[in-house]
Amino acid sequence: MNTRAFIPFGIFICMIGLFAVPLLQGKDPAILPSAMIGKQVPEFTLPMATGDGKLATADMLHEGKPFLVNFFASWCVTCKGEQQVLAKFTQKTGIAVYGIDYKDTKKDVAAWLERHGNPFRATGFDEAGRIAIDFGVYGVPETFLVGGDGIIRYKHVGALKQSDMDSVFGPLLEKTK
Amino acid sequence: MKKVLLVILLLLSIPALAVQPDEILKDPVMETRARDISKQLRCLVCQGEDIDESNAGLAGDIRKLVRERLVAGDSDTAVLAFVQERYGDYVLMNPPVKPATWLLWGAPLLVLLAGFGVALRYLRRLPKGDE
Repeated sequence: MNTRAFIPFGIFICMIGLFAVPLLQGKDPAILPSAMIGKQVPEFTLPMATGDGKLATADMLHEGKPFLVNFFASWCVTCKGEQQVLAKFTQKTGIAVYGIDYKDTKKDVAAWLERHGNPFRATGFDEAGRIAIDFGVYGVPETFLVGGDGIIRYKHVGALKQSDMDSVFGPLLEKTK
Repeated sequence: MKKVLLVILLLLSIPALAVQPDEILKDPVMETRARDISKQLRCLVCQGEDIDESNAGLAGDIRKLVRERLVAGDSDTAVLAFVQERYGDYVLMNPPVKPATWLLWGAPLLVLLAGFGVALRYLRRLPKGDE
């Protein structure tokens, strides 16, 4: 028997292994790592999505406590389910959630918050999506955990599920306090 | 006649650009720079395309941002760094050379060297011809 004949077969098995690992881990290649983790939360001032006034970075930082920043839009179908999850999280932990409404209209977002619940302490209105770029956002919804020191600790891409809060945000927040 | 017309029409047609007319800068030199930079930036939504050829909304936003930065006086590398700071190395079509990517950039060379090794072994084993 020529053992060298098995070399291509061996390579083939290695390739299968190489492809199988990420598949079995269930990693979504569309989810990109955030370059903003470990950096200071971007400086911005936005008009409020509902009512008058403005939301600025300083408003979120002045308490010196960790908070969440959630990018959403009324036209975003997967964003609906998050509202309850976020509301529950703020009730349980007492930390603030700030919303940033991405490329929306004020009329639509007011109706949407009315209908699906409003867990936000305040909601900024990012009509042009410019602030989203500063946060490195590439789609909605995305959710950031920011420490009281203003350093971004974590980013979640996609709709938040209760299990994300229990297994990731909850434990991270414990460490952040 | 139809064939002639077809050829003329094909020659006259211009490729459809993702860059919208209202995005284009008045200064042609700056616009060329913007196009060059756009070709080096990956569209984060479509992933396989650069932002110069992508029709995604975010790609358009970043194209505009690139032009804004250029108008504000940024150098080409400063504009690229500005986007990279927010979106990471992934946003660059050419990943930067650094320890984490040495293997990536070195892989073609390694494969070439391995090929030389195999070829050398094979040639050595060939029966020697008459000299």
